[in-house]
Amino acid sequence: MRSDAARLSLFLLMAPFALWIGLLIVLPQIGIGYVSLREKVGPGEYTFGLGNYLDFLGEPIYWNTLLRTAWMSILVTILALLIGFPIAYYIAKIARARSKAALFLLCLVPLWVSDLVRAFGWIVLLRETGLVSGLLQGTGLIGEPVELLYNDVTVVIGLVYTVVLFMIVPLVSTLDGMDDAMLEAGYNLGGSRFTVFRRIILPYAMPGIVAGCIITFMLAAGSYLTPILLGGKNSSWFTEQIYSQFITRYNWEAGATFGVLLLGFTSLVVWLGLKLTGQSLATTVAKE
Amino acid sequence: MTRATRTPFLSFAYRAYVVIFFLYLVAPLLAAGIFAFNDSLFPALPWQGFTLDWFFNDTEPKLGMFHDDRLLRGLGNSLYIGLIVSALAVAAGTCNAFLFERREFPFKNVLYILMVIPLVIPGVILGISILVFASMIANGIDTATGINIKALRPGIPLIVLGQFSFLTTITSLVIAARLQKFDVALEEAALNLGASRLRVLATVTLPFLFPALFSAFVVAFLVSFENFNTTLMLVGSDAPLTITMYDRMVKVGSTPVLNAVSVFLMIASGLLALASVLVQRDKGET
Repeated sequence: MRSDAARLSLFLLMAPFALWIGLLIVLPQIGIGYVSLREKVGPGEYTFGLGNYLDFLGEPIYWNTLLRTAWMSILVTILALLIGFPIAYYIAKIARARSKAALFLLCLVPLWVSDLVRAFGWIVLLRETGLVSGLLQGTGLIGEPVELLYNDVTVVIGLVYTVVLFMIVPLVSTLDGMDDAMLEAGYNLGGSRFTVFRRIILPYAMPGIVAGCIITFMLAAGSYLTPILLGGKNSSWFTEQIYSQFITRYNWEAGATFGVLLLGFTSLVVWLGLKLTGQSLATTVAKE
Repeated sequence: MTRATRTPFLSFAYRAYVVIFFLYLVAPLLAAGIFAFNDSLFPALPWQGFTLDWFFNDTEPKLGMFHDDRLLRGLGNSLYIGLIVSALAVAAGTCNAFLFERREFPFKNVLYILMVIPLVIPGVILGISILVFASMIANGIDTATGINIKALRPGIPLIVLGQFSFLTTITSLVIAARLQKFDVALEEAALNLGASRLRVLATVTLPFLFPALFSAFVVAFLVSFENFNTTLMLVGSDAPLTITMYDRMVKVGSTPVLNAVSVFLMIASGLLALASVLVQRDKGET
């Protein structure tokens, strides 16, 4: 009797989870996998095969865009780590209690502001009639307005900006747990600053680094707004290709193929990252 | 203070770096904010004087955001979607938290990983996969019975489902973290004193969870409100605010009314985030 009740309540708790994961995650992913294998041979007639994937390989613009997205996302991840780590270390270890809380809060505020507003802010700053151009003219450094938007450097700056906080937050929470005595011990044993960093701080921070890199990479590769608004129509970002196949050209077969490829690619990078560092998804991403 | 910062020069350089970083962090937000108050038709220099027209003016060409029907409709849609999806995500997240914190069942680890996975699927992919899957079902029903189910075509119901798909992971993690800290002895004590299971849940466990439920709700609402990637793929005729703003930015070109909306969003989300921090702090310490 009692075990029946326990089984019923387990079933009731499991139901929302199963519906959610089944209907909104697993089946839809299988759905785009299915559509990506479907080839249109006539109106309403389909055959199945790898044709859409071959089309992708046969069209350099498509796979170049994927490679470009991949390479720029990796670059953004590395930059976010290099820029974010000292900040996280400062907040977690160097700042005093009060300024620590304030700085951390200051980091959290932009997280709540929409990507759109942030990209818009960059546009106001960087466009030809924007603030930076205006200030540079005001100081006499340049003679006429400069267009700072619509190039790769701007896209990278904007992307680092949108993702760097997702790097800093897990790093701060990891570094916060590190005992200062470990550092003192490292120095007392004669370690140089570099040795202490490499042998003590880095290994300790590894879970945070991996979590930050995974989220950052994923967000960069999957971002849509920043590359388009800051990079212009020629930003060639892969999500833009997916959007145009789906919504503009209504070619769902090709769009689904691109979707599967992007998902496959980001999953591969995330999986490699976890394997190489010996972490698991449950201990890194879910820890925040 | 650790030894790594003892050299005055290095310490100074480090501080300077931190200051520059925070300038980088606030610069675009300030830039987006300031021009909401510029009495000019373009969000650009030169400064033409202070004005609140971009919020309150009711005539073209300087139509303020509170008189701009399309922006207001977008705001309304965003609020409506955000409230529904956050309520759903908190309800499902609470179930998930109890499921994974309190129960043992086969394949628990695999299912836990499945629960986390929506966080590492790009939003655009979540959007298109739900779009494709919903149309498959809708088309199937249409050919079988001739009934066209509107809710499965792009529009608010699909946006809700799309956002729910990844927000539930976030709410589950937030609520589970709090549930983990709960001392089960409290429940047992209440049960020993003769309370029914439901009563224990309502008077002991849920009040303890309340700060987490509240902040999960706020987080879900904020993320839903600012979501773009997933929503973009599922949007029908009733666009939420982010999509309305994006359309305006790309098609019409930006005017300071978008700066005004940005200021409004910054203040509103800042206040909500603050409320969530305060609730966590007040009740979270006990």
